[in-house]
Amino acid sequence: MVPLSWYLTLAAALFSIGLFGVLVRRNAVAILLGVELMLNAVNINLVAFWRYSDALTSMGGQVFAIIVFAVAAAEVSVGLALVISAYRRRNTVIADELDMLKW
Amino acid sequence: MFTSMTFASILPEILILTIGLLVLIFEPFWKEDQKRNAGWLTAGGLLIAMLLSMLFGRPGEPTEVLGGMIRFDWFGFFLKMLFMFAAAATALLLMDHEQVGKRGEAYVMLLAALIGMNLMASSADLVMLYLSIETASIPMYILAGFLVGDERSTEAGFKYFLYGTLASTVMLYGFSLVFGFSGSTNLYEIASALTAGSISPLLAFGVVSLIVVGLGFKVSIVPFHFWAPDVYQGAPTPVAGYLSTASKAAGFAVILRLFFIAFPEFTSTWTMILAVLAAISMTVGNLLALPQTNIKRLLAYSSISHAGYALIGAVAFSQFGAASVVFYMAAYIATNLLAFGLVMAFSRITGLEEVTDYAGLSRRNPLMGLMMLAAFLSLAGMPPFGGFVAKVFVFAAGVQANYTWLVIVGIINSIIGVYYYLNVLKYVYLYRLPGEDEENHPIPLTQSYTIALVVLVIGVILLGTVFGPFFNWSDAGALNLF
Repeated sequence: MVPLSWYLTLAAALFSIGLFGVLVRRNAVAILLGVELMLNAVNINLVAFWRYSDALTSMGGQVFAIIVFAVAAAEVSVGLALVISAYRRRNTVIADELDMLKW
Repeated sequence: MFTSMTFASILPEILILTIGLLVLIFEPFWKEDQKRNAGWLTAGGLLIAMLLSMLFGRPGEPTEVLGGMIRFDWFGFFLKMLFMFAAAATALLLMDHEQVGKRGEAYVMLLAALIGMNLMASSADLVMLYLSIETASIPMYILAGFLVGDERSTEAGFKYFLYGTLASTVMLYGFSLVFGFSGSTNLYEIASALTAGSISPLLAFGVVSLIVVGLGFKVSIVPFHFWAPDVYQGAPTPVAGYLSTASKAAGFAVILRLFFIAFPEFTSTWTMILAVLAAISMTVGNLLALPQTNIKRLLAYSSISHAGYALIGAVAFSQFGAASVVFYMAAYIATNLLAFGLVMAFSRITGLEEVTDYAGLSRRNPLMGLMMLAAFLSLAGMPPFGGFVAKVFVFAAGVQANYTWLVIVGIINSIIGVYYYLNVLKYVYLYRLPGEDEENHPIPLTQSYTIALVVLVIGVILLGTVFGPFFNWSDAGALNLF
């Protein structure tokens, strides 16, 4: 069986790639993609930890993962609506160009 | 499984949901000029809900209900009442907002966020905690960007969403690691599984840091504060007031419950992180507030420094410390909602938001000038207002726990804070309009504003004078954390 550490490494890598994307990309849609990668890393963590734990009968980890992606869907739909609303108003989805509010 | 206790424990949330449904049902049938009545329905409904909860939903001995998801205790109950009070006041302030007041869905979003905050205060499980934090956040993203025709508001919603999702995802990664190391999502089981020897101190530091990112964002402490000034300035003013009070208090409720209950073995790790962040928040918040000219941005930086003060009570890790944080939040909710309500009432008539625009306010509307005095002196921490007593308790808790250096930083910062709060009052009382014809430019208050503002002023003064019963309630709540 594949050891648990492999899954955790994969999740950590995925999380880091997502975080890198969020911090580096300027396009709002790309930032959202980065956040989705990070959420998937969390799900891999949760399911892997659950599978390798002693308490397989308690569904804690799986329920947590299901709730995470349900919430992620709700979050992204609201987020895309806000991006569209900003785009209609300002004609851009580049985060740097939305800079009316500063200092 | 389902007993009367189960329903009593979530009675406030059931009632809030009912109010939201009533608003959705009635609002389409009202004519355009009646639609603002949704505000009366929300505020009145919340008051009735508070009364019913106090009569039938009082907790006894702390118990876990709904499969351990919710902990039914005084700590959660007292905070729930605070959030509902804040939401009722916000609904009254929203009513006369030109673009938002007639939109039923704004009140429904407010109530949805309120359900999330209520559950944040009472959840005892990581799954429920994450779900409630998101339930509180997502409607607030929408409310911050509610004015789709306004460039500032859309930008505020956009920024709040981007920062918010990132912070909550990082926190969630921390939750997943906690679940992995302890094998459980229940806070009490985590506490017994995670003993000092079971994971290395470095790992504990990493996990706690990840969680602090998400919670620090919710309570807007430095360095997770960048969203606050922008969002407060761009969002509709009553929404900004709600964000800076109820949303922040809910964040503190989670900080207290999560760290006190789940990580008692790692106290030295998380108190160290929080103490440093508290010191930085107070200092940076106050120093950045000094040069602000927009009153909403000034209040945003002031709210960042207030989060720093309140954090001292959490750092103390004692019953008195937790009680002082809860009391601080009560005083802060009344004071800051009052401040934002006055800003809203002023900009509704004049359309202006700069500090210098407040020149001559004491002559244009003496009552508003007086209420401004109460709000800003309370924020500055002057007796006989709530802010003073709250600061005394928090600092006392800090000294008791041997965090004297942190308390000294706090006291120096309160002195810096007095400068910019008094600066606003200087314009209100000492300066006059350019033409010195203030009587020709009155600022009338509508009925709903008068009710909301007067109730909040009474709250600020009560919390500063007869604070005994309020502190006893906070203390009874804090007792449930140990």
